[in-house]
Amino acid sequence: MSISLEEVRHVAQLARLELDEDEVLAFQGELNALLGHFLDIQGIDVSDIDAQSHAVTMQNVWAEDFPWESLPRELALKNAKVSRAGLFVVPAIIED
Amino acid sequence: MTQLSAAELNRKLASKEVSALEVAQAHFERIEAHDAKLGCFLHLDKEGALASANEAQKRLDAGEATALTGVPIVLKDNMSTIGVPTTCASKILEGYIPPFDATVVAKLKSAGATILGKTNLDEFAMGTSTENSAYQLTRNPWDTDRSPGGSSGGSAAAVSAEFAPLGLGSDTGGSIRQPASLCGIVGFKPTYGRCSRYGLIAFGSSLDQIGPFARNIEDAALLAEAITGHDPLDGTSMKTEPISTRDLKNGSLKGLKIGLAEEMFSEAINPGVREVVERAIEALAKEGVEFKKITLPSIELGVTTYYIIAPAEASSNLARFDGIRYGPRWEGSGHIDVVSKTRGQGFGHEVKGRIMIGTYALSAGYYDAYYTKAQQVRALMIREFNEAFQDTEILLAPTSPTVAFKLGELSNDPMALKLLDYCTIPANLGGMPSVSLNCGFSEGLPVGLQLTAAPLRDERLLQIAYSVERALPNATGRPPLP
Repeated sequence: MSISLEEVRHVAQLARLELDEDEVLAFQGELNALLGHFLDIQGIDVSDIDAQSHAVTMQNVWAEDFPWESLPRELALKNAKVSRAGLFVVPAIIED
Repeated sequence: MTQLSAAELNRKLASKEVSALEVAQAHFERIEAHDAKLGCFLHLDKEGALASANEAQKRLDAGEATALTGVPIVLKDNMSTIGVPTTCASKILEGYIPPFDATVVAKLKSAGATILGKTNLDEFAMGTSTENSAYQLTRNPWDTDRSPGGSSGGSAAAVSAEFAPLGLGSDTGGSIRQPASLCGIVGFKPTYGRCSRYGLIAFGSSLDQIGPFARNIEDAALLAEAITGHDPLDGTSMKTEPISTRDLKNGSLKGLKIGLAEEMFSEAINPGVREVVERAIEALAKEGVEFKKITLPSIELGVTTYYIIAPAEASSNLARFDGIRYGPRWEGSGHIDVVSKTRGQGFGHEVKGRIMIGTYALSAGYYDAYYTKAQQVRALMIREFNEAFQDTEILLAPTSPTVAFKLGELSNDPMALKLLDYCTIPANLGGMPSVSLNCGFSEGLPVGLQLTAAPLRDERLLQIAYSVERALPNATGRPPLP
């Protein structure tokens, strides 16, 4: 199995990473090398084993529903490159 | 004074032989003399540290001190510190000043510890050499041409160089234990869920765990006690008490059953490292430890499993870095363009690579073949370890397959770097507590011994590690700094 340049560009687009052409080539090589290693586990029979997403068994964690102090707005906005009128400024999402 | 352990400093502070301010100043003097060479720190907070030392002295004078009051500590720069820059060694967080403290930081502050600064790491903790930092290299105090290991290389090198008796790191696949091994100190990863991850900038959420660096087991245990315990702010935090040090010194090696998995003594391990670890095993056998050879075949699948699960989780966790709420922003035309440019410019190569792998492994058509399969193998590995812990209490292995390697030596061989986590990854996949302590030297460089126990057996693990440390009296030393 190997990944084409087109697939690398598609994955980069899904991941919201703008890559230059050198990077696309480099990642094609790196991804293909890793996929080769991924074959190690493809042959392992684990059909009787449930997938485990955590090391320890996790159950739903419920928190009491009561209001408590949250981050003050000016502090939350302090690290934003652009903010206005107490809000984060986001680039246009819907085109005209 | 900088050679003293945290426990010794605590005694001298309590008996008024030294003041908290003198302790802090002595450590800053050593940092100022040597860190230009080693590059451990991304940010020093001298002003904050000296103010905190003054507060610590008031508590000491009032008889309200804890074991850590006035004791210096350094933090890996992926733990949020209010008012102090936190970069994850990434350009994408350049200039970021957290508006809140991580739970571990809040706990250290309430214990009165003196936080000296933030230490270097592989960008977003992705790496095993600290060479992936966007800012600087960190050098190993034992040989400054070599890497301190990683990803918590800055904290490990700082504790080894006696810049502080204590440090915190985070361990996703070995990032505390491997640099501890390469720098000749103690590194401890607690059971997953015993130490809150709130405010630790996430990499692989089902694997990440914060833990101590120290120069002996007692100090590591004291720090573990101070930072662990249930935290409602972390949904994966276990409802357990902090790790207790009450019975730390009450253990015995006589009759203790320790397992040796043959997969961790294979040809993947450098012969020099294996020899030093085998000598330690002989010394422990003389103390009455009963060793049992076992086989855990899934260990050989660990690295592959990890390199699916960790990037998958990372690709999701790192989606938050978009230039909107924090960090620099590269302008473009429209939302997707701004976000893609910011991420393309802001992340380094290794981080982008892992996001790519994770995105691919989670994408439609591949999810079951990679991610689900890896989670099944993870479950298989946990099953094997559970069985092993039925008749052995501890698993012993080398921590790292090699001693410290030369800077740049492996940077063009990504798979060789990834294999450095071969012995440490299983404890992350299984959530097990695991500690590395120095057990001797190969080619003049430190060799770490890793002890791993079943989940929630942290106290017992540290108790055994304390006895092991006593049984290997000449196994450690000081790096050749003046």
